[in-house]
Amino acid sequence: MNEHESRRSRLLPLFLTFLKIGGFTFGGGYAMIPLIQKETVENKHWISDDDILEIIAIAESTPGPIAINSATFVGYRTAGVLGAVLATLGVVLPSFVIITIISMVLTQFQSLRAVKYAFYGIRAGVLALIVKAFWSMYKKCPRGIVSYIVMAFAFICAAIFDVNVIIIIICSALFGLVTTLLAKRRLDHQS
Amino acid sequence: MIYFELFYTFFLIGAFTFGGGYAMLPLIQAEIERKGWMPSEDIVNFIAVSESTPGPFAINISTYVGNQMGGVLGAVCSTLGVVLPSFIIILIVARCYDKFKNSTAVKGCMSGLKPAAIGLIASAVVTIGKTVFFPHGFKLSVFTEVSFYISLLLFAVMAFLTFQKKLHPIWIICISAAVGIIAGYALDLPV
Repeated sequence: MNEHESRRSRLLPLFLTFLKIGGFTFGGGYAMIPLIQKETVENKHWISDDDILEIIAIAESTPGPIAINSATFVGYRTAGVLGAVLATLGVVLPSFVIITIISMVLTQFQSLRAVKYAFYGIRAGVLALIVKAFWSMYKKCPRGIVSYIVMAFAFICAAIFDVNVIIIIICSALFGLVTTLLAKRRLDHQS
Repeated sequence: MIYFELFYTFFLIGAFTFGGGYAMLPLIQAEIERKGWMPSEDIVNFIAVSESTPGPFAINISTYVGNQMGGVLGAVCSTLGVVLPSFIIILIVARCYDKFKNSTAVKGCMSGLKPAAIGLIASAVVTIGKTVFFPHGFKLSVFTEVSFYISLLLFAVMAFLTFQKKLHPIWIICISAAVGIIAGYALDLPV
């Protein structure tokens, strides 16, 4: 079998594998990485462990959900652009179908008294989950004066002055870029 | 037109969020509230639904909002919108990964984007905290209402369980829902 044929023969398995990954990971994002590793490295030998590390690094520094980033990347590496399309479609489809069904039902149930009480409790629990997510992200972030300035800037702009979040994101990226370039230039001058 | 509006809004959300999971929450929340598509309370409720169903949060929420605003076709538009930026960028990056990895520009932008995500999620904690503890706006009379103290206690216990006992989010949601229902009926809380 030549390279072209073997790539084409991987299209259906790619779709099915990512359908399974999308349908069986709760929480999404990083929760998906171990399953992707098991399916695509250990079971199917499409990519290597090094590729997985590469995927995490890329997913962290490109926009969008990690699940989509990794599905597109693995699909492309394994079977080209068509592979990327099918892997991404596979990972999205289970969520799409399940949520479409839920959103039809949820609207009707939401007016029930028991459901309202349940969500009243759930909202307090969700707040705890988000505080936890904030804390894990804070612990992973590199520390330093630039980091603290940007954190404070983003928080104050969003929470107090209600600035458009996209503008905050662009300004933070530019600030990071400028400070990094200045630091690099100073280092070059010294050596 | 609602379909284009959904596609465009979620395209922006997909293009401007870095890091997975709740890093997306601040932008999603800001955009949905700015458009007046959904009250903050419904978004918090949906976070719980998303945690209890498979798939990434970004896909789940875009499908949900799309369905609510424009039926199944609306959901297709919003989900396609959130996926497309990742998909295109990964296809580009996958071809020139080595250049991308060693680029000072990418590193520089990331050094601003990571802390910005933390500042933004902190502001989401504040917004969601307001929704949880002061659902009808901040008034002094809140401190005489029993529902406020139940939320506070429930939040404290759930924070303890998720931080100290590392309890899975699904359990946090189930317990919170049960407590909400029991407390609601037992104390005959207003719905």
